[in-house]
Amino acid sequence: MTAIPQPGAKKLGLVIDLDTCVGCHACAVNCKEWNTSGQSGPLTDFHPYEAKQDGVWLNRIHTYEAGTGTESRTVHFPRSCLHCEEPACVTVCPTGASYKRAEDGIVLVNAEICIGCKLCSWACPYGAREFDEDQGVMRKCTLCVDRIYNENIVEAERVPACVRACPAQARHFGDLGDPDSAVSQLVAERGGIDLMPEMGYKPVNKYLPPRRRPVPAAPARPLEPVPTGGANALLRWIDRALSR
Amino acid sequence: MRGAASGRTTGYANPVERIDPSPPVGDAVKYTTCYMCACRCGIRVHLKDGRIRYIEGNPDHPVNHGVLCAKGSAGIMQQYSPARLTKPLLRAGPRGSGDFKEIEWEEALGIAAGWLGHIRATDPKRLALFTGRDQSQSFTGWWAKQFGTPNFAAHGGFCSVNMAAAGLYSIGGSFWEFGEPDWDRTKYFLMFGVAEDHDSNPIKIGLAKLKGRGAKFVSVNPVQTGYSAIADEFVGIRPGTDGLFVLALVHELLRADRIDLDFLVRYTNAAWLVIDAPGTAEHGLFARDAEGRPLAWDRTQGAAIDAATAEMAPQVVGEQRLADGRSVRPVFHLLAERYLDGSYAPDAVAERCGITADTIRRIARELADVAFDQAIEIDQPWTDTFGRRHATMCGRPVAMHAMRGISAHSNGFHTCRAIHLLQMLLGAIDTPGSWRYKSPFPRPIPPGAAPVGKGAKPETMLPGMALGFPRGPEDLLLEDDGSAVRIDKAFTWDAPLGLHGMMHTVIANAHAGDPYKIDTLFMYMANMAWNSAMNPADASRMLTAKDPATGAYVIPHVIYADAFASEMVSHADLVFPDTTYLERWDCVSLLDRPIGSPEGPADSIRQPIIPLDRDVRPFQSVMIDLGARLKLPGFVNEDGSPTYRDYADYMVNHQRSPGVGPLAGFRGVDGTQSGIGAPNPDQLARYVANGAFWSHHHPPEALYYKHANAAYLAEAKALGLIGSTAQIVLQLYSEPLQKFRLAAEGHGPVQPPETHRARIQHAFDPLPIWYPPLEQTLDSSGAAYPLFALTQRPMAMYHSWHSQNAWLRQIYGSNRLYVHRATAAALGISDDDWIWVISRHGRVKGQVRLMEGVNRDTVWTWNAIGKRSGAWALSADAPESTKGFLLNHVITEFLPEQGGARHANADPVTGQAAWYDLKVRIEKADAPAATLPHPATLPRPSGQRPVPRILRYGAPATPSPAAE
Repeated sequence: MTAIPQPGAKKLGLVIDLDTCVGCHACAVNCKEWNTSGQSGPLTDFHPYEAKQDGVWLNRIHTYEAGTGTESRTVHFPRSCLHCEEPACVTVCPTGASYKRAEDGIVLVNAEICIGCKLCSWACPYGAREFDEDQGVMRKCTLCVDRIYNENIVEAERVPACVRACPAQARHFGDLGDPDSAVSQLVAERGGIDLMPEMGYKPVNKYLPPRRRPVPAAPARPLEPVPTGGANALLRWIDRALSR
Repeated sequence: MRGAASGRTTGYANPVERIDPSPPVGDAVKYTTCYMCACRCGIRVHLKDGRIRYIEGNPDHPVNHGVLCAKGSAGIMQQYSPARLTKPLLRAGPRGSGDFKEIEWEEALGIAAGWLGHIRATDPKRLALFTGRDQSQSFTGWWAKQFGTPNFAAHGGFCSVNMAAAGLYSIGGSFWEFGEPDWDRTKYFLMFGVAEDHDSNPIKIGLAKLKGRGAKFVSVNPVQTGYSAIADEFVGIRPGTDGLFVLALVHELLRADRIDLDFLVRYTNAAWLVIDAPGTAEHGLFARDAEGRPLAWDRTQGAAIDAATAEMAPQVVGEQRLADGRSVRPVFHLLAERYLDGSYAPDAVAERCGITADTIRRIARELADVAFDQAIEIDQPWTDTFGRRHATMCGRPVAMHAMRGISAHSNGFHTCRAIHLLQMLLGAIDTPGSWRYKSPFPRPIPPGAAPVGKGAKPETMLPGMALGFPRGPEDLLLEDDGSAVRIDKAFTWDAPLGLHGMMHTVIANAHAGDPYKIDTLFMYMANMAWNSAMNPADASRMLTAKDPATGAYVIPHVIYADAFASEMVSHADLVFPDTTYLERWDCVSLLDRPIGSPEGPADSIRQPIIPLDRDVRPFQSVMIDLGARLKLPGFVNEDGSPTYRDYADYMVNHQRSPGVGPLAGFRGVDGTQSGIGAPNPDQLARYVANGAFWSHHHPPEALYYKHANAAYLAEAKALGLIGSTAQIVLQLYSEPLQKFRLAAEGHGPVQPPETHRARIQHAFDPLPIWYPPLEQTLDSSGAAYPLFALTQRPMAMYHSWHSQNAWLRQIYGSNRLYVHRATAAALGISDDDWIWVISRHGRVKGQVRLMEGVNRDTVWTWNAIGKRSGAWALSADAPESTKGFLLNHVITEFLPEQGGARHANADPVTGQAAWYDLKVRIEKADAPAATLPHPATLPRPSGQRPVPRILRYGAPATPSPAAE
């Protein structure tokens, strides 16, 4: 098994807003195109133009429904590595390939020493790891470790590709170990939640629940018709003083 | 398993992986414009070793502000798709067989020039040039004009002409992508029939802003997916009844007098006087003065005066008598009288809409409360067209947007007009917080010249553009014998306001020789043999039909241009292989389909990002070459030499009118002029240096009330966006519609045939009406086909013709028929069952997915995921052809003959294809678990690259993804 470092102060991660995610897959595909040529690439595609087309993705969007009748909602749920503080995927790794960085908390796989035993993907309850049968190694979200510190990229764009692409402002990146960071503030304001906290893995990534739907500003009573006293309703406007 | 905290003390030491935190992204970066859908976002393309490393959004771009959708990010897979054509193709086997031989460009262009030259010398209208999701229509339309054929259009006729026509004839702008909510100020947003479409990234960006500010977002839609999934309120309406719902809102607002009469009398034709003389040729027209100016009744003078008079007290109700004795009533009188009627009350419409009357009443109240009690005021002085200075800008913060779900019904024109009526009554057009025009709109109503095409002669160009804006029956394109000028019968009594043409009728009409036979069908980027055809099996049959007497093809020649091996390729005689969008010069022009924002005009270019690796040419450059070979006016100099080297040369040097060219930015010899200016030889370099786009920001005083804002109109005119600085008076009541109606009632020299009188008389109501979608009236009891059937495109494939994309097809590789749980249960249908979808026309087999968030009377599926086997370089076992299905198979382009006329399955006003009128029933299907119909597998066109079984894009050791 592989050790996890003493928790550091810095906990980089994502905050995903289920209130504005429209399920467009922009984040997933931009992730794929960045990372297939990046630190963790290639992200192999099998049978790309045949039946059983499937490939390695570090981020996938699941769409499902919750509730019935008028309470029914369609939920778009982006799923990727949560960079847990207590990652079982790391501790089960027999070679040290799966590891958590002390300096920023990112969980990575060292492809050089990954033996492809898949113990980590069995250990991850979030289904966040994908095995590349072709390359024989495990792949997972790197939080775009080759973008976020990249001095060849302008500072404002040093964020994971998924955050960079998202058209609906549903993805935010930052230091969740710093209570004053924008992402921590957002989590506090919006009541961000952990996925399956009962498992005890302490995910760093947070999900923002859908905002409470605004209660209609007015009580549910209709507009009051202007009394006509039985006369032609148009008469109300006959003497209306209007100017251009 | 519990989190293994013990690992911290007992595990291996953490090995160190060497990670380069700052790898170079690539070795070059270029800016261009995306073309993975119609959105036209700005992109940065990073290159490494001559290949695409990464595509990302351009943060400075006015359309997408740096974000990028799934399609845009999948552009890499488009560029390296094995479905790319590689060489001009000449048909070798029977048409439709897909048997081609590769030929050289010189031969291909020579063949085309031979066919087209003969047509031009004999009868130019025998060329039908129809382009699909072409973004160069101002060029292709001009080419058709110079050739001399009226038979030109693009795909708007089967997409959204209802939205364009209703908007342009009502408010001088339209929803589509030519207007948007004031995302930063709107407090209440009502969206109709927008699943995941126009325009994609801007709407997503805007919805996030709305939700962040706590504005209310109400989605009126039968299906709760896409944007509807994040709406604060989902109104699951029955398809085709939105107009009823909207007019009930109008009823409520009028009844309570919660309308903006000040806005109406200043900015609309509410006070204009309408002649009341039933049975006469002037009934329902505006009363005008000797100079033709509409009149309004001034209370102060007690007389009818020029309605454009600044200082007057307009009367909005009450019958008056003009000095000449004619009886007149104001527009507002007519509309109030109509919509106050009890037949528009919520209780009267709720059942048909499938929503409760209380919901309608509550939404009416919410709209009124926000518009009037939460009005906003911007501290921004401005001057109106009367020359009056206003200290502030008042805003009604309710916004609306509508698109395909309204458009694709045969009552879509009037439904869209009804929404514009609602906006106008609330004073919510181009005010702070309401819906706003995007540049170059607003434009005069209607915005342009009449369509042209009568009297086409050999070797002669047309005097104007084929597509235009009829103002009345005299502008229809009818021959003297009443027959259609155009092959698609747009601008006839079938579709008088067929502004975008009717591409969906072209193949059937050409096959029938009705109104005449054509010689060459020339199409570009329009998959008319498959997912763009209503009734693809018949489209395929008609494209391949032979005259039994002669053995010759009924449509003698078919030329098709496309970058990929689509289904349509196999139905052509001659194929021009196009480049991808990353391999060519291109322009997104203000003359065509602009990308302006409410802040000002913008346009953009595409530039070659990577060099060509196949023998293909950009379609537009091919047309320039053909134009020169045919010696078309405008394409050759006096000495006969070509005027333009290629499309890039045309983009810089073509002038549509003096100083106005395809690109508005960096004009003038020194590149300092905007809008109007001499061609600038360095213009493209300037665009490249500016991130491949140009934009101009209007000053703050010009940003709202553009239809009556003196500063805006003056600047718009100076930029060449409009021809006049006169106020654009919004048209609640449409006089052009009334003119068509009068013709139907027996007035004027151009009248509809008897078969069309009643239909025109009904459909050309000058005020918005609602009627059931036409196809639905065929089964009035609803017994045979009880379910409404709709399609939509998923966001990751919306408006994209690239469904073979290696990454996107992993997200959507086949489609299901979505059915409400309760509806399915009543039919004994379970999740995953295979079923037949049966319409009056035919049946198609697909697999069911149950869902909750859909109107119970509605079934739907993702469109255009189903492919014909063998097309698009997909294997014969690909789920796109074994499981994916098209609802198109159960839709027809024509309604059954009624009263001696066979009408298109289309809106009677605009000819808009009525895709969403479809009604079906579903029945359990027997094995096998595979879709039907399943046309024969197409062979891959010759010259195509090998198809990889495994793709390791980006792996250093793999030289080419297609070479495996």
